[in-house]
Amino acid sequence: MSALIFEKSAPGRRGYTLPKPTAAEQACRLRIPARYFADAPPELPEVSELDVVRHFTNLSHRNFCVDGQFYPLGSCTMKYNPKINEHVAALDGFSSLHPLLPQLRGGGMLTQGALEVLYQTERWLCEICGMDAFSLQPMAGAHGELTGIMLIAAYHRAQGHRKTKVLVPDSAHGTNPSSAAIAGYEVVSIPSGADGEMDFARFEAALGDDVAAVMLTCPNTAGLFNPRIHELADRVHAHDALLYYDGANLNALLGRCRPGDLGFDVMHLNLHKTFSTPHGGGGPGAGPVGVKARLIPFLPTSVIIKRQDGTLALEYDRAQSIGYVAPFYGNFAIIVRAYTYLLMLGREGLRKVSANAVLNANYVQARLRAHYDLPYDRRCMHECVFSAARQAAQGVHALDIAKALIDRGLHPPTVYFPLIVKEALMIEPTETESKEDLDRFIDAMIEIAAQAERDPASFADLPRTTPVSRVDERKAARDMRFTA
Amino acid sequence: MPFIANTDEQRRAMLATVGVSSLDDLFADIPPAYRLAGLNLPEGLSESEAYDRLHELSRRNAVQLVCFLGGGFYDHFIPAAVDAIASRSEFYTAYTPYQPEASQGTLQAIFEYQSAICRLTGLEVANASLYDGGTALYEAAMMALRITGRNKILLDSGVNPIYRNMLHGYTRNLSIEFSEIETAHGQSDRARIAAALDTETAAIILQNPNFFGAVDDFSDIVELAHARGCLALVSAYPIALGLLKCPGRMGADIVTGEGQSLGLPLSFGGPYLGFMATRRQHVRRMPGRLVGLTEDRLGRRSFVLALQAREQHIRREKATSNICTNEALCALRAVTYLALLGKQGLAEVAALCARKAEYAKTRLGAIPGVAVKKSAPTFNEFTLELPRDAGEVVSRLIDKGFAAGFPLGRYYRGMENYLLVAVTEKRTREEIGRFAEALESVL
Repeated sequence: MSALIFEKSAPGRRGYTLPKPTAAEQACRLRIPARYFADAPPELPEVSELDVVRHFTNLSHRNFCVDGQFYPLGSCTMKYNPKINEHVAALDGFSSLHPLLPQLRGGGMLTQGALEVLYQTERWLCEICGMDAFSLQPMAGAHGELTGIMLIAAYHRAQGHRKTKVLVPDSAHGTNPSSAAIAGYEVVSIPSGADGEMDFARFEAALGDDVAAVMLTCPNTAGLFNPRIHELADRVHAHDALLYYDGANLNALLGRCRPGDLGFDVMHLNLHKTFSTPHGGGGPGAGPVGVKARLIPFLPTSVIIKRQDGTLALEYDRAQSIGYVAPFYGNFAIIVRAYTYLLMLGREGLRKVSANAVLNANYVQARLRAHYDLPYDRRCMHECVFSAARQAAQGVHALDIAKALIDRGLHPPTVYFPLIVKEALMIEPTETESKEDLDRFIDAMIEIAAQAERDPASFADLPRTTPVSRVDERKAARDMRFTA
Repeated sequence: MPFIANTDEQRRAMLATVGVSSLDDLFADIPPAYRLAGLNLPEGLSESEAYDRLHELSRRNAVQLVCFLGGGFYDHFIPAAVDAIASRSEFYTAYTPYQPEASQGTLQAIFEYQSAICRLTGLEVANASLYDGGTALYEAAMMALRITGRNKILLDSGVNPIYRNMLHGYTRNLSIEFSEIETAHGQSDRARIAAALDTETAAIILQNPNFFGAVDDFSDIVELAHARGCLALVSAYPIALGLLKCPGRMGADIVTGEGQSLGLPLSFGGPYLGFMATRRQHVRRMPGRLVGLTEDRLGRRSFVLALQAREQHIRREKATSNICTNEALCALRAVTYLALLGKQGLAEVAALCARKAEYAKTRLGAIPGVAVKKSAPTFNEFTLELPRDAGEVVSRLIDKGFAAGFPLGRYYRGMENYLLVAVTEKRTREEIGRFAEALESVL
């Protein structure tokens, strides 16, 4: 059992030293009346520095991670996170920089290095995506989506359009419909056809002048590139609607084609997927938003501009801006990491990323197709989606397969997503994995398929090699214990 | 090619398995007209060249200024152990802990973070964190609208103006009525609040200490709000909670705040940490991830993401929020920081900040022409009235090596001569003395 840090507390134990106030400071009475004070300090643990370090180090051993395991989570792009990125983000000249400095008179000149990182990243993302401008402010992918939909709303308002709906295919990430709804739109879900793409006829039937935007992921969550994408874009634009690109799967297209050229008007990226910044156990990430020229006036406050003399500045006075979506300029330390990655990869490196990511996924698809059902038997892009329907008929579900992989020290693929595939296993190996590691995973998957045929009952108590075995989620929901 | 493992020979073998002859063939679904010949980007750099470039850029930022700048974002000391723990790649290269058996480390750390935030705020349930203090406040406002079914929000003008701007931005497409309540003498104006609070109001949003640094006890306002069926939302500065009465004790319903001061570097604005805590009865309306305690098949203590049915990946357009991620690594930093400081340490850091701020007040207030604005008691930030434009004074002090504070005229009309000065435990008596001399010399 893993004791909580609070259970390691002993009254009077200390883990921290403080500078002693000087006599002059000590002589200054706190002029805060007693009624504003807490009766006692908050009940935080009283532990030594070693207690803290050992506690959290031991907790870290109870995690799978990219540095430790193959981690083929579909749609999450769990590629290797280069160490140089961590190193440079921690440089004092970045990490100690106060975000309000550029808001002081003449303060912009104090942060030219940081503004250069932001400006250059924006320019490169524009080139990679075929967009005219980027805002780096959104702090996560879903935050980028919300910002993107707010931009679309502001655009239509300025045009005098009255539009109330956003169309989203049923294969979309849950954040798409959720972001559109939170921004105030009615969401219309469009079913997918037998080929895994949004049903074109039903899409056309739903498309009308009341549609503000259509949100698409390309390649979609089944890992498929829609060859009719530009045709679709034309229909959307014919109704004065905008086409939104969910950039979660951009790893497939780097240097191969650009959302902007395909007809997308607004998009977000996940720097923590495509551009190698670490996922952090669930954040922090970054979700920059790119737009075509006609949406530039609405971009969030502030915008980085290059002056005639080549210096960079932040522009706050923008009449049509949607306003502040972040307190400052986005998750800067994450952007530094992505910038470093782009700097190292350069134009050729990015094309190799997509080539190797797509090759790895197709290789997994080719080697596993005899063992698992392939709902869409087509060339895949950066990820392949299988169904465990055949195994489920034996009583071994996608979740059981996930637990069997965990038992073998491999992180499972995304399971039960996309929703359009029953018993989905969504595998995204990424470009950084070697053939040897892919083979190890594939062999494990093949053995698991055989085990499902032979001995379906053996899955019930998997995993056994982890610090805890299968956990009781219902008990968590019933007990609702969220604190020590 | 950096970060790609496969050799040409392996690629050839894999292409053969796939049944295509070249890498380009893998992209056959992209219509030829849209295929890109190449990108107009520079050539890639080696690691040492990339490092040199970044190092050079980092040196073009004025981090050597002695920092009296706050405004909700503070230059606190970060113990080395916080960096050591957050640098463990078992934490930072993991994904969201959807597979609990493979993620007990992250899950337990978040559970402990949630527990620490509850103890800090005096509330019953905290989520696994949100993007930052501003988005946390926006989410809290949306939550209050859902809980009350009402449509109006009162916003105290002592709330960080950046957060107020964010609230207005996010809700522009929704029909929400905002009323801003001006402060009186730098503190929440009871009379104006009482007049504006009606039975249509979903929430009143307050901040402690407020943007001017003033501390308050909102118990009376909360009582009034509750009497009208309205929720009280408080944005709090977590370091101050080592010393000051917590919002939970004042009766607040939802508490949010910026967790940057809990062991996160300033990093030019992010990543930061939005914390949120509430009463147990509102847990199902709360956005964000939530880690719950449970057991495994052998009855061992285990942790798991709980109440996921509120979230976007299950509920889609009906979710309580579109939020998919939290700031797990930042939450790890915060719980490590809070554990290191401990019960006594947090109280002592808070007291030291407040004491040093009082000392700075006496030194700066003694300069001819400078007055410490008479207002409510303050914590570690206070307002100085200068004999001339504060923006100009700040600009001159930059040349003398000081980030002197935040000129309030940027966000508050008529306050052009006022400067907001923050003091943390890192500022020495000597630095404060030199700052006073420098200020006197530029007036």
